[in-house]
Amino acid sequence: MDLAGAYEGILFDVAGGFTLLLLMTAGVVCIVWDIFSNDDPVLPVLAAMTCVVAAGWEVRGLDAGSSTAFYDLIRAYGLTSYINITLLISALVSIVLSVPYLNRIRRGYGEVYALILFATAGAVMLASANSLVTVFVGLETMSIALYILVGLVRQGGGGIESALKYFLLGAFSTGFFLYGIALLYGATGTMILPDLAAGFEARGSMMLLFWAGVALFLVGFLFKVSAVPFHMWTPDVYQGAPTPLTGYMSTASKAAAFAALILVLYYGLGDLAATKWQTALAVVALVTMVGGNIFALVQNNVKRMLAYSSVAHAGYVLVALVAGTGEGYAGAAYYLLIYSFMNLGAFGVMALLEWDQKEGSEQTIDSLSGVGLRKPILGVVMTVFMFSLIGFPPFGGFFGKIAVFAPAIEAGFTWLVIVGVLASALSGYYYLRVLYVFWMRPQSWSAPQVQAHKFPVPSLSAAVLVACAVVLTVIGFVPVVRDLPMVYFDVAFTGGTP
Amino acid sequence: MPADFVPLLLMLVLATGLALTLLLAARWLGPRRANPVKVSTYESGMDPIGTARQRYSVKFYLVAMIFIIFDVEVVFLYPWAVSFQEFLAAGSGVGVLVVVTIFILVLAVGLLYDIKKGGLEFD
Amino acid sequence: MLAESLFVMLGTLSVIGALGMLIARNPVSSALWLILTLFCVAGLYLTLSAEFIAVVQVLVYAGAIMVLFLFVIMLLNLGTMPTMKGVGWKKAVGFVLCVVVLTQLVLIGATGLDLLPATEVVDVANAGSATTIAKSLFTRYALAFEVIGILLLVATIGAVMLAKRRFA
Repeated sequence: MDLAGAYEGILFDVAGGFTLLLLMTAGVVCIVWDIFSNDDPVLPVLAAMTCVVAAGWEVRGLDAGSSTAFYDLIRAYGLTSYINITLLISALVSIVLSVPYLNRIRRGYGEVYALILFATAGAVMLASANSLVTVFVGLETMSIALYILVGLVRQGGGGIESALKYFLLGAFSTGFFLYGIALLYGATGTMILPDLAAGFEARGSMMLLFWAGVALFLVGFLFKVSAVPFHMWTPDVYQGAPTPLTGYMSTASKAAAFAALILVLYYGLGDLAATKWQTALAVVALVTMVGGNIFALVQNNVKRMLAYSSVAHAGYVLVALVAGTGEGYAGAAYYLLIYSFMNLGAFGVMALLEWDQKEGSEQTIDSLSGVGLRKPILGVVMTVFMFSLIGFPPFGGFFGKIAVFAPAIEAGFTWLVIVGVLASALSGYYYLRVLYVFWMRPQSWSAPQVQAHKFPVPSLSAAVLVACAVVLTVIGFVPVVRDLPMVYFDVAFTGGTP
Repeated sequence: MPADFVPLLLMLVLATGLALTLLLAARWLGPRRANPVKVSTYESGMDPIGTARQRYSVKFYLVAMIFIIFDVEVVFLYPWAVSFQEFLAAGSGVGVLVVVTIFILVLAVGLLYDIKKGGLEFD
Repeated sequence: MLAESLFVMLGTLSVIGALGMLIARNPVSSALWLILTLFCVAGLYLTLSAEFIAVVQVLVYAGAIMVLFLFVIMLLNLGTMPTMKGVGWKKAVGFVLCVVVLTQLVLIGATGLDLLPATEVVDVANAGSATTIAKSLFTRYALAFEVIGILLLVATIGAVMLAKRRFA
């Protein structure tokens, strides 16, 4: 490393990593603020404003060509901007929904908002990774912040159980991940993703090391996106975590992990890998879709049901990755955006309907009977979210599913897509069951439920949920959102050397 | 293989050997005539009460955890300390100083947080 | 040559330590076995010229992390686990023989399929010294370094939030 002039390009780099640096700075500012003024109500506002500013910056980068910054550690602009916007929206919605929720359960600590910012910073780093080091550091920053957020509520045992399970299994998967990185580095001699394939070929006769590394690396990723058979932690963790933060976990961390997986597959493994990991991923996608949907059928707790449904949705995204084409990766990015709106909305509605004082971990679907009639706004937006999750036109979920399934058919994975469509037909049962209970069951409430439902729905939360629902209704008719990621995988756009 | 570490290895072997020798020598050479007073736990002449395996308070654990975090910080700072002259000679002294200062400031915020929120107090 | 024989010796010793950790019935003995393993791994790093990592291994793992392990053992007040019955020396010898045979099989399979990496001797003089690491860490990996600072801050916050009564 040449030390002279090592810091010359740093100002250009700061522009490239602006979102990451802004989120980190804002997080530190939040903590310092919280030190001197405990649990100040300004903190969530500050955190939300940060997300808005960062998202605004990223919108500028949408049309710019992809480039790298900080000695090729991270990518900037292009696809990264697209994913970062997804992550920032997810953080913003979660912050807004968390404020009334956490205040109600008396957990409105200022640290929470700083931790959300740090988790988002980690997610942004993960999603803009251009080096194995970045992948690892980003993943860990995100995960550790999430472990703490999950364990926010320590009464009743549910939250602490969730946090411990998440932490132990997360640490375990990190072990796999790190081992995979070590083997990959041993086999290729480089950490930079686009150099992996060339490094592998230059070294030669590192087959075992390389493919064992790829396999371990994928296992780590599949853990994080909760693909079957690495999904065991998901329902328990989602059930015990504070509900708006569950929404955050199920969207931001999953979107970031998938984005990094896309970057690794597209830039890192490239053509080199096409046949080898495609089959493995296809099998995982198959069992994830089928398993997630079948397990979700028999759940009686809404958060568990949504947890298994998020497993199933991870399967749909994996189908797009199996295709291994630019359209597939673009479809996955598009699906992640839509999925974020749907899941944030669904968990947001559940957060507002909680009556069991245990973060919804004991609440059954049946206990929500007649909610739609009593709180029509929540009923209507929940209807939109559920139909969208099924993949029913004209909602966003439908267009998302087209975007992930079509490339797989083109790549010759018709059987996988058929299974996927059948599985999502199956999902109609449990999503529609929620709507049936919401609208068509007479109210039969117990005392604590009545008590909880006397609370008015906070107007800001309602506004955010309505906004999510509106976005889901119209997003399919704004083709630019779908077509934008396609451009990022176009060789003409990236000039061959992405 | 850094040959500088061979003395360390020798010392390690010597120390382990000495410890083992002393233990085994005591075992072989020493007469064993046990009686209840001799085998009881030494409590400065008092009769021992209960077991030595008492449960610790979780507060110790918090201190230990915070110690590790700052221990790791020191690990990151050590390379900076030994290489700063080289950075300075190459004209990148200010740059590396800024990089490390930001790192230290972030961790100073952590320390401040600990102090203010009572992480270092036994309550 | 010395380095190679040291590598094999330390590797064997660290495996023995790991096995001892698993077999020991008393948690404190397990922890002590683990210390042996961690020291041997530090030695392995040394033979690979990764001096800085070796020192850090002793400092952080064998020092600080082990203290945490012992704290947990004290915290939970784990008793001695029931001894393994019926494991005579015959079974132990059988186990060792099985391991040897399995290793041979895997080795033959791997060489037959040409899966083993070629041995490579890289000149790594000073590759692992603190100065070499610093030259990369504070320039090429400066961003990752700062994010690690954030990571440690998050860990500090987490330790306080999860263990202090104010947040219960």
